[in-house]
Amino acid sequence: MNYIFIALRDAFKLIITLDPEVSNVVGTSLKLSLTSTFFAALLGIPLGILISKIEFKGKYLLNTILNTLLSLPTVVLGLFVYSVISRRGIFGEWGLLFTNKGIIIGQVLLILPIVVALVRNAIHDVDEKMYKTAISLGATGSQKFRLLISEARYGIIGALITSYGRVIGEVGVSMMLGGNIKGFTRTITTAIAMETNKGRFSFALALGIILLSISFIINFILYYFQSGESK
Amino acid sequence: MSKNKSLIIGMTFLVLIASIVFIGSTAIAQDRLVLATTTSTENSGLLDVLIPPFEEKYNARVDVVSVGTGKAISLAENGDADIILVHARDAENEFVEAGFGVNRRDVMYNDFIILGPASDPAGVKGMENASEAFSEIAQSNSSFVSRGDDSGTNKKELSIWASTDVEPSGNWYIETGQGMGASLNVANEKEAYILADRGTYLAYSSDLDIEILVEGDSELFNPYGIIPVNPAYHTHVNYQMAMSFVGYITSHQGQKIISEYTAYGKVLFYPSAIRPKDMK
Repeated sequence: MNYIFIALRDAFKLIITLDPEVSNVVGTSLKLSLTSTFFAALLGIPLGILISKIEFKGKYLLNTILNTLLSLPTVVLGLFVYSVISRRGIFGEWGLLFTNKGIIIGQVLLILPIVVALVRNAIHDVDEKMYKTAISLGATGSQKFRLLISEARYGIIGALITSYGRVIGEVGVSMMLGGNIKGFTRTITTAIAMETNKGRFSFALALGIILLSISFIINFILYYFQSGESK
Repeated sequence: MSKNKSLIIGMTFLVLIASIVFIGSTAIAQDRLVLATTTSTENSGLLDVLIPPFEEKYNARVDVVSVGTGKAISLAENGDADIILVHARDAENEFVEAGFGVNRRDVMYNDFIILGPASDPAGVKGMENASEAFSEIAQSNSSFVSRGDDSGTNKKELSIWASTDVEPSGNWYIETGQGMGASLNVANEKEAYILADRGTYLAYSSDLDIEILVEGDSELFNPYGIIPVNPAYHTHVNYQMAMSFVGYITSHQGQKIISEYTAYGKVLFYPSAIRPKDMK
């Protein structure tokens, strides 16, 4: 039962030898999770601001639905998107199933609620007095927007880090929509699931260690920028 | 404005990556064949040596999606695969009769085995009839682990139960709903009996205490068939490439690769498209 030690040794070996299959899988995971986070940010940040700043009928219900979607299981979302992009689905003709685009659609839908909800909370926490002062001083629309973004920037970055963490670590959507195709849609997490099925536990754990190391590096860089400027 | 710096850096980074993905994804112009197959086939490693020569010859890319036999067939019925390589003869026949698939061919076979604890409380060791062994296991009230996932192995197990007088249900009958490897681990932990394909058992054998008790019955024969999806039903499928693949896998070259493939020091599959005496 010394899987952990074998895994640590394997992970180290795979990293220093730049194993081509592992680099391919890592590359796919990084591309997919960063692209999904980008699109979720593009849609989610404005939506989060709108929901926080605009009063409208049904806001209570919308917020409740948004919070509910945070607990959406990846397999359920995967099934839903599968039913839409399967050849028998509404968008079947586009041939999106078992491609990276299919995975990105699923992942964006998975983390969009996270981005919107966390950005909403971050904007909500911005000092109301400062915002009102800016308005009374005659701030224009774009100035108000910039003020909100810069005051809530830690919250927004936090929302993106959380979303990124959710997509790079998820397996349900990537497996169902990507199909774990070698050299094409195989990600770190689907490879871990497959290696576990094969009984190669230490290799699966080694991939897990690599995934966490990559996330550590990305978070380290982001945290450096955050703390670097607050000094 | 400097307050926004970190956000701007982050977003620029993301935009860069996103554009790389899109440039990268448009560069692929090869012919694509989606092959839905079972986890046992993919996990055996056979496809890693069987597919590359085909890809090279036809300048095609074979995308292997490995799922349970039941799901592989559903994917093909929905038109989400071009061709399937599975092991469940009855389900394959239904698939072809319903008009979803055409030109089914035999490819290869291996066998199922019945595993159990070395103490063998049901006393089935060395029995030659799978269905009698199953009856003994049920009568001795020993635990039996079923995959319960509609896979080819699960379908085979249920057909053996159907040939006995026993109704497989109750406390002794444990359905995992998981793959072969995970189910083998459950059987091992619970010292239960289980039906498994030989390839997956070999992959796991170093971590298992349960051992082979029954093998060799013709009922435990495990044939694999390949079926292209019917282009008359799903007009978008890559039927020509699918038929080329059928031709390749049943050719002398393809069959030879199958017969020569070994893993864990053992031969895993035996070719069945060409008679053994013609393979020389």
